[in-house]
Order: sequence, then structure tokens, then C-alpha cells
Amino acid sequence: MRFTLRIWRQKSAGTPGTLVQYDAPDVSPDMSFLEMLDVVNERLMERGEEPVAFAHDCREGICGTCSLMINGVAHGPVRGAATCQVHMRSFTDGQTIDIEPWRAQAFPIIKDLIVDRAALDRIVQAGGFISAPTGSAPDANSIPIPKQDVDDAMDAAACIGCGACVAACPNASASLFTAAKVSHLGLLPQGQPERYRRVRRMVEQMDLEGFGGCTLFGECQEACPKLISIDTIARMNRDYFKATMAAREESKAAAGSA
Amino acid sequence: MISMELRSRIPSGPIQSKWDTHRFEMKLVNPANKRKFTVIVVGTGLAGGSAAATLSELGYNVRCFSFHDSPRRAHSIAAQGGINAAKNYQNDGDSIYRLFYDTVKGGDFRAREANVYRLAQISVNIIDQCVAQGVPFAREYGGLLANRSFGGAQVSRTFYARGQTGQQLLLGCYQALEKEIARGGVAMFTHTEMLDVVLVDGKARGIITRDLTTGAIEAHAADAVVLATGGYGNAFFLSTNAKNCNATAIWRAHKRGAAFANPCFTQIHPTCIPVSGDYQSKLTLMSESLRNDGRVWVPKKAGDKRKPNEIPEAERDYYLERKYPSFGNLSPRDISSRAAKEVCDEGRGVGETGRGVYLDFADAIRRLGEDRIRERYGNLFEMYERITDENPYRVPMRIYPAVHYTMGGLWVDYNLMSTIPGLHVLGEANFSDHGANRLGASALMQGLADGYFIIPYTIGDYLANAKLEKVSADQPEFVAAKAGVESMTKRLLGIDGKRTVDAFHRELGALLWEDCGMARNAAGLQRALARIPEIREEFWRNVNVPGSDAELNQALEKAGRVADFLEFAELMCTDALHRDESCGGHFREEHQTPDGEALRDDTRFAYAAAWEYCGAGNAPKLLKEPLVFENVPLSQRSYK
Repeated sequence: MRFTLRIWRQKSAGTPGTLVQYDAPDVSPDMSFLEMLDVVNERLMERGEEPVAFAHDCREGICGTCSLMINGVAHGPVRGAATCQVHMRSFTDGQTIDIEPWRAQAFPIIKDLIVDRAALDRIVQAGGFISAPTGSAPDANSIPIPKQDVDDAMDAAACIGCGACVAACPNASASLFTAAKVSHLGLLPQGQPERYRRVRRMVEQMDLEGFGGCTLFGECQEACPKLISIDTIARMNRDYFKATMAAREESKAAAGSA
Repeated sequence: MISMELRSRIPSGPIQSKWDTHRFEMKLVNPANKRKFTVIVVGTGLAGGSAAATLSELGYNVRCFSFHDSPRRAHSIAAQGGINAAKNYQNDGDSIYRLFYDTVKGGDFRAREANVYRLAQISVNIIDQCVAQGVPFAREYGGLLANRSFGGAQVSRTFYARGQTGQQLLLGCYQALEKEIARGGVAMFTHTEMLDVVLVDGKARGIITRDLTTGAIEAHAADAVVLATGGYGNAFFLSTNAKNCNATAIWRAHKRGAAFANPCFTQIHPTCIPVSGDYQSKLTLMSESLRNDGRVWVPKKAGDKRKPNEIPEAERDYYLERKYPSFGNLSPRDISSRAAKEVCDEGRGVGETGRGVYLDFADAIRRLGEDRIRERYGNLFEMYERITDENPYRVPMRIYPAVHYTMGGLWVDYNLMSTIPGLHVLGEANFSDHGANRLGASALMQGLADGYFIIPYTIGDYLANAKLEKVSADQPEFVAAKAGVESMTKRLLGIDGKRTVDAFHRELGALLWEDCGMARNAAGLQRALARIPEIREEFWRNVNVPGSDAELNQALEKAGRVADFLEFAELMCTDALHRDESCGGHFREEHQTPDGEALRDDTRFAYAAAWEYCGAGNAPKLLKEPLVFENVPLSQRSYK
């Protein structure tokens, strides 16, 4: 197979970028998308040119490092797959393929196709955890959890933190990412004590980072390599509503007693 | 140079009480004093992440480093199958002692008994801890935890979260780590790679790092250093490891004086998707759990090119069931891997390259129905189909062994401290618990045991006893180490040769796979030992590393790692040549039973081989830690 690639090249955060055209001949349909880029890079380096910087690591769809917009689609044409799980057999011989980084204000470009996704870690820092210091845990079987609840929690916990949901969203919202964590922990009995504080703080942090608001386009769930459903966003919104109402009641009560 | 000695510091007394006694005898750091100590943790996988979070919870000042852009991306995330624990929830006869026994035996008697016993003891606390953090382990309809039997174990002691157990455990410890970052207990340095350890007065007091975004080389001082940087499987280029896994941290620590133990112990995993072409960048593991229902076979006749469905039952060789009737398809990893290589060497391998064997689910589908199989392995089948474009519900999977895990690593004592005082090593980066072969679902257990429940105690004992002077990152030792890193970077960029870094890496990998892979012999190892220095010499003369050091430069990152693999590989082959016996994953063709099983030589080799670095161009010095088996009697493994 042979492809024409138009790849976003950008030296650094501060310099402007542009699409540069490359020829990719002799591509095997069994190559993964990233292997195809490896071959392009090897050829560039053999010619003494700088390779295209792209983020990748496990190459089996679980680490969440790879992050390419392929023909305008986050992670490319295969549903429920990360970029590294896309193979060239999913494209048509002779096709032109545009390759760009995630685009979002909260994800500044570092170089070429690599963006800074630290904002997602800061959302987790704001409350995406259960406080259970090492050593303090009761026996693992002391709290039975209905299988369905754990299965639902696992569906949400499958999030790999790649940021495709943000890249796919017309508003660059991180709602699916945030909602997946809120749902995973909020569905489990262990997550109840911090449930409302968690959702309030995570949503506030998401806004602070400059992610857009959610208007339920649903593009995120289409792009999600783990097919996480926007039902999680409904759950997050419900919990967030309850949490903010409770906070309002509390502050009213405090004002009344003062 | 005063030669080092190996002091294992195994506590005295019966094995059941060693850890308890030791915990009582270790000195404690006063709670108010903990914040005065700074600990550097390198790596944020299960071992490093759990260590950093727990040390911070205890009150230590933690500085944590990861070359990933987020701590959550460490390669522990990719572990599929599960985590062992001696909970005996299934009432099937499991116990701490049985897990200990299985692990020592599975490791082919090349692990330290005391460490393994402690690991089995702690295993039960790990599950409690992870559940409390919200890890969604699989459950039964009654709401209690589910277990499965895994990797040759005859009890069901493996806890799992679908095929993503590593991911869920890592997210549990990542979330604990982020909680501590938010609290201010951990200063997190992402996208930052460690390039050297700094010693002051013979003790590990800091590290040198490169900021992978800006290229800045920086020095960081501390009171102790913890390395949890994973294994060295990527020396082979093709492995199931993530592309960026590397041995740079442990190798550079080795060059500063940390002995490297058993580098020839590498684990080849039997169930991976075979190589499809020259462009192959990594290999994908299919969880071993598939062997619970899949049957492994090849055609009886060499060169049989018929499609699998056209080969009648009578002309198939279910070789694992034939050779190992009691364990069959669940035989341990090393045995299954070697058996696959043998049948392929006989010309009976399948697929285009002839380097593959079938893993067939037809019987299981007939017996249980496609739905049950889908429920058990749906995600794995999907993954297989996505990669190979073949539907494993219809045609048998093709699998072949691939490098997966490395049991060797930096030598550590019972406190997980290397031969450099103050330098502690956790998880796959150390050598301690798996001997010559790791059992399935034991890597996650060891990483978390080291990080959550061992280092938090033992590092306190070190800090309370060490009488450490204050150091600063400006003092000469740091300045010199930093200059060393800078000059290596400049040197790599200045070669301006003709071949890419990957070209060298692939060449090294192919050589190691051929001569120091699943089966080794003296002639092959000597050939590799002659060839590696030549590749290394060419690398330093002819590698091309484009770009500059003051920016994100992936070719430069790789070049440094491959430079280290080119040195490390020589030690691996040296160790493999010196260990003139077969044990676990180390199979020397000269030493096998008449049925082709690994033949240990306990009189000569019942020791851990720890190699001391003696300078570039000098042969490393071998130090031996004798292994004493007081509880599990030495015996020939038998899986017949």
C-alpha cells in the first residue's frame, strides 16, 4: 500500500506549526499505524532529517499515551481502539491521511504531535481517589458489592486517560474523562464518604483548567477507545447538582445560625 | 577498589516469624522527624507509585520521577491476567505456606526463601488495600471476590479485573499518589528521566535527570533513593514491554556500584502474537489465562501447510498434553515456551513464518458454547482479531513465545537495599523474589508488596541508622555527575553517523534472541560476547542522532537507552555463559534431562550471581550469595 501523509510539524509550543507532506510507500496492511510512522521516521533520519515526534508507549491500547487526530478523527477510523491499535488495512490504498495532534486549549502542544495533558492529572488530584492510607484497609471480603455495581464501575474505570474525548469534543470538554472517574468511584461503597466532595472538586478543577462545558454532543463516546458511555456524564451531573445544592443548604444554614 | 560484599541481612528464626521479628527490631523514625527526610522515588509503576504514595502518607518528603507524561502510564498498566494472594477465599487448600512453596519451586530454587515467604505473607494485605482504594476486582453474584486459577497453579488464588488487572491496580496506586501530590507530600516530576545516581561518602544521595520537554539536565539531592524502574526485557528490541521501557536507571546505578544479580534470568512468555514482518515494533501478549480453555497443538508432520481446520484430529500433536499429562496446557511458562520452540525447530511451526503454534478453542466452544468463551475472553479475542485480522472463534489462534519479564535485576538485601547504601530497588528492577522463573500473576504482587508494605518500614530503619550529613545539589559530587551526563549527551549528538538508533537496537535484539533467548549454549554465548562489543563500537562511531539537546528529542532519549543496552547485553551473556546449568528461564542446551527438561546443578550453582562493575573494558567481578533451602527441599521440578 502507498499513502500520502500530511503531518503537523511544530518545533515547539511557541513556534507556529504547519502540515507537511510525506510519501509513505511500501506499507504493509498488517502494520500498525504507529509502525507505519516508525518506518517514515527511519527514512527521515536516514536522510538526516528530524523525525516526527509522536507520543506512544505500550502499543496495545492500555497506557493512553498515543494521541493522534487521524483525518480529523481522534484515534482514527477504528471504533473502540486507540491509535496504536489501528492497522493500515483500515485505510484505502493511495489515500491521503492527515495526522494532527489533539487540539484543545487545555492541551498545549509541546512538539509536532505531542501535547501536554497534565491538566487531566490535576483533575484527579482535585479528588479522583478514595482516601485509604496504606495499612488501614479491612478484609477485602468484608463488604460484599453487587456484581452489577462492580461491572458498571469497571466499565467506567476502563478509561485510559488519553484525552481523545477532549480532542473529539467541539467544546474541548473533559467531561467524559472526569465523569468516568466520578462514576467508577461513586458506584462503589468504598467511594461513598467522599462522593459529593469528589465530584464538586473535580468539576471545579476541570473548569479551572480551561476545558469547555459539556453540551452533550456525544462525540466523546464515539472517540473513546474504551467506549465509555456518556451515561457517566449524566451520573456526574446528578451528583454535582446534589453536591452543590447540599453546599448551598449548608452555607444558608451557617448564615442563619450566625 | 575495595571489593563489596553481599550481606543479605536475612533475619534469624523460623521462616514464619522472620518478618515480624524484623519489623520489631527495625528502628523507627519519629513521626515529627519523617518530614525532615527527603526520599527520591524513580518510577511510578506499581512498585514506585505505591512506595511514593505510602512514604508520603507516613510523612516523608517524597520527590517522585517518571519519564512518562503522567504517572498513570507506567508499564504495570499493561498487565492483564491478575494478582495472586493467599487468601484461600475458595477454600481449596491455599495458604501462605503454599504460595511460598509454589513460588520457590516455580522459581526453580534460585530465589531467597525469606523474601518469598514475606511476599506470600503480605499478599493478603495487598488485596485488602486495593479493594479499599476502589479497585473493581471481579466478583461473584453474592458480591464476594472472584478468583481464578492461573499460570499452572493448582489452587484458585488469582484476583483479577477483567483482562486489565494491572491497569486497575496501577490506577489505585496512581490515585493514592495524586492524592499525596495534592496534599503536598510528593513533588512529582513527570516527563523527566533519571540518567545517573549521585553518591556522597559512598551513599546514594541523589540523582541527575533530564527534563524530556526542555532538555534541562538537573541535579536532585535527597537522603535516600528508591529505584522502581522495571526490567530490561527491551534489550531484545522485540518484547511485550512498552516501547520506552529501558534499563538505563538500573544500569547506571550498576556502574556506580550496585551489584547486578542474575541478569541471564529472563522470562519468555509462551502466549504472544507471532511476528508478522520486519517493521514489527513490539510483541503483544495474549493473557496466559487463555491456556485454561485453549489447547496448544501443531501438525504431526513437518512442513504441513494445510489450513488448521483441514488437519484431522489424528494428525495433530497436542504436544503439551502429550508431554506433561498432569499440567498439560497449563504447564509453566518456561516449559511451554521451550516446547513451542522445539516443535518449530522441527519444522512443525505454523503461520507464514513457521514460528507459531496453534492455541485452539474449538473444543472449549463445543463444550461451553461461544457465549461462555466470549464472556471469559471476549476482549482478548477482539484484540487478537484486531491485530491479525483472523477470528479466533472460527480459526485457532497462532501464538509464539516472546520476551516478557526479567527476573534478574539489581541485587538487594532483605531490606531491598542494593550494594550502594541508601539505594533501594523495588519491583521488577530488583532480583529478589522470582528466582529463575516467575509464576503468572506474581509480578503485580511483588511490585505492590515492595512498595506498599516493605520499603515503608525498611527505609525508616536505614534513615534512622545512617547518620546522614546534609548535602546540596551544588556540591562537587553532583556537579561532576551532571557534567558526565551532559558530556554523554553531547557525544551522542556529535557522532553524526549513518545508522539510526533503532537499526542498532534491532541488530542487538536479534543477536540476543538467537544466542541468549529461550535456549542457550556455550558456543552461541561466546559468539554473542564477541559480537556485542563490535556492535557497540560501531554504535559510538556511526549512530545518527538528529536534533539538539535543548528540546524534546526522542531519538536522543532512545540513543542513551540503547547505549546502555549495548553494555548490559554483554553482562547478560557473561552471566548466561558462567551459569553452566539449566534452571527456570535459563536453559542451557548442554544441561537437560533425557526428556529435555532443565537440569539444575545445585552443588555448583545454588547461588545468586551478583556482578560488580569494575570499569569500562574490565571484566565484571562475580560475587555469590549462597541460597539455602531450609523449608522447601531442593527437588527436580516435575510437571508430568
